[in-house]
Amino acid sequence: MDLTTDKKVDDSQITNGISSYPSSAPELLGPNPSTLPAHPLVTIEPSKSWDVIDIGEIWAYRELLYFLIWRDVKVRYKQTALGAAWAIIQPLFTMVIFTIFFGRLAGVPSNNVPYPLFAYAGLLPWTFFSNAVTNSGNSLISSANLITKVYFPRTLIPAAAVGSGLLDLAIAFTIIVPLMIYYRVSVNWHILMLPVVIFLTTLLALSVGLWLSALNVKFRDVRFALPFLIQLWLFVSPVIYPASFLPARARWLIWLNPMTGIIEGYRSSLFNQPFNWIALAISTVLTIILSTYALYTFRKMEKRFADII
Amino acid sequence: MNAIVRVQNVSKQFRIGEREALYETLRETITSTVRAPFRKLKGLNSKRNSPTIWALKDVSFEISAGETLGIIGHNGAGKSTLLKVLSRITQPTSGRVELYGRVASLLEVGTGFHPELTGKENIFLNGAILGMRKSEIRQKFDEIVAFAEIDAFIDTPVKYYSSGMYVRLAFAVAAHLEPEILIVDEVLAVGDAEFQKKCLGKMSAVAKGGRTVLFVSHNMSAISRLCSRVILLGHGVVERQGPVHDVIGHYLSSVFNSVGFRSWPDDATAPGNGIVRLRSLRVHDKANETRETLDIRQSVAIEMQYEVLSPGHVLIPNLHFYNEHGVCVFVLHDFNSGWRRRSREIGAYTTTAWIPGNFLAEGRLTVGAAITTYTPMHIHFYEQDAVAFQVVDSLEGDSARGDYVGHIPGVVRPIVDWNTAFSPDRELLESRVK
Repeated sequence: MDLTTDKKVDDSQITNGISSYPSSAPELLGPNPSTLPAHPLVTIEPSKSWDVIDIGEIWAYRELLYFLIWRDVKVRYKQTALGAAWAIIQPLFTMVIFTIFFGRLAGVPSNNVPYPLFAYAGLLPWTFFSNAVTNSGNSLISSANLITKVYFPRTLIPAAAVGSGLLDLAIAFTIIVPLMIYYRVSVNWHILMLPVVIFLTTLLALSVGLWLSALNVKFRDVRFALPFLIQLWLFVSPVIYPASFLPARARWLIWLNPMTGIIEGYRSSLFNQPFNWIALAISTVLTIILSTYALYTFRKMEKRFADII
Repeated sequence: MNAIVRVQNVSKQFRIGEREALYETLRETITSTVRAPFRKLKGLNSKRNSPTIWALKDVSFEISAGETLGIIGHNGAGKSTLLKVLSRITQPTSGRVELYGRVASLLEVGTGFHPELTGKENIFLNGAILGMRKSEIRQKFDEIVAFAEIDAFIDTPVKYYSSGMYVRLAFAVAAHLEPEILIVDEVLAVGDAEFQKKCLGKMSAVAKGGRTVLFVSHNMSAISRLCSRVILLGHGVVERQGPVHDVIGHYLSSVFNSVGFRSWPDDATAPGNGIVRLRSLRVHDKANETRETLDIRQSVAIEMQYEVLSPGHVLIPNLHFYNEHGVCVFVLHDFNSGWRRRSREIGAYTTTAWIPGNFLAEGRLTVGAAITTYTPMHIHFYEQDAVAFQVVDSLEGDSARGDYVGHIPGVVRPIVDWNTAFSPDRELLESRVK
């Protein structure tokens, strides 16, 4: 009788659901206890409400942010016949309707730019902003299964919803080029301000999205209020009409809307018009205040998301 | 002590209804905010007044590096809350946890899977959600696909997957996590038997691989096979912690209300009749110690004490063993103790049956006891589910399971002799086959 010695078997080798492994191979023994770090990598404690955002942690999870954005982008136009064309159809058709009703029939002025171009340049940031706010506002609720099962910085969820909207914005931008050629509008150095206003739009959308998404976890009223709020916001923003359309006495009111400076900023960058620096400054300051407040509220409510969602 | 996880006085309080009544409406908050100042005047505060429960109360324990710790307890004992605190999903109300290693928690398989995405895309997404780096996922990608056995469908959206394929893929991703501390909830409860086997196999490979594992399960056999130490949670507090056998035995006796020892001191309630009456039943080991949990390699004694009240009857004690699936594993009769054909005198008797080690399968066994006269046939009493005990098969390699770590079916698990003849000459075999 001759017993052949057992060959070492790979851990992952599974035969008919039976896994085998060498029961006491030295390389499979536990890590040397002395390699444990002197200080804990993570300490879990009830957090203080004044905790600010942990940039280091967000950075550590940047790949997840990338994957969440990538998922939203991948999934958005799956099983649609027109696909990403929807990113163009939305603002384009709205532009056509606005041109007919406001440009032609109501005779709304458009600051020496053909009305269709004027409307489209306003609809670019507006469509991005309204979609980003709606999606991020509902993002936490629709990711309840993630929130109750895995840990990662919760800010990533609404942030990804805003981030994925940027791609749609880029697609929608491709239409403005033929429009500008058609209406013979040329660009100059003002175009350099475009990235700045896009950044500002993103930050504003993120702030509003963060705040509403956190609120939505606790108060589902947000889900109903959101479309309504977005609709009202459209009418108090200079998308359909220029800010100058308002009587001078009341104009400061529309400047209190952070979207005013931003939307006018898009037009100034694209159409060589003078920037309204005061309006842009107001938008910037309001956006910074809003983002600070939104982050603070979010961090404060974040602790209980998993318990109440 | 080289603790890799240190849990210190962790408590978690819930407001009652919080987990059920998911959200309050804005209106309620507005009205209560308006009323709050008045309530404060009266010294009342709605938050303080609403009833609360402690899901966890002053829980402290440590896990050393490389250890596999099991957590057991009734439903609602706080197991899931504890895991959620340790995986940072929910915050403790008070207390502190220190983690000296990278943690991955697996509270569910397939968290974040998106039905519209393909298998390949979901591997990357799920991997990222579980905390893997992109480069790490890319490196293990082929291994994951092979483990899940879904090569042909890797570019198909997972919504077209069968549920089996879905679960296999989800587990494959999770199985390739390489954290220093792995937290696993009842994942074994999902999937078919085949999948559960695979999970258990992979889990113990992880544990043997030197990683620290925290494992919650209702599957006592799995716990006893995988864990070196067990914590029993009850009503949010650590009721008991220690070696597997001790804690599981304690838990089972409290859950099933069945123990290694039972007695009937009261004549009125004792099973029996005018001829014979059952007094006690006891499960014990070689050291004569009463046990609820026994190692599969140990022999087990069932000791029966009874009282004969009327002389002249032939009385045969018999024991009936049922496993957790309700299958009768075997029945034992006393036919060789010398009382087989002998009439009993009045008095007290103690009969012990010895079941050899390396014979029973792992799991819970319930013992029913009876005393019968065969000619004429008469059952004097039959006490069903009188005592129970758990047989555990730890992975030390010298039981019948050898080096196999998964689930082994069958109602018994004996060690038998094996002989292997060897010859380099293949024709010898062929001639025998013919």
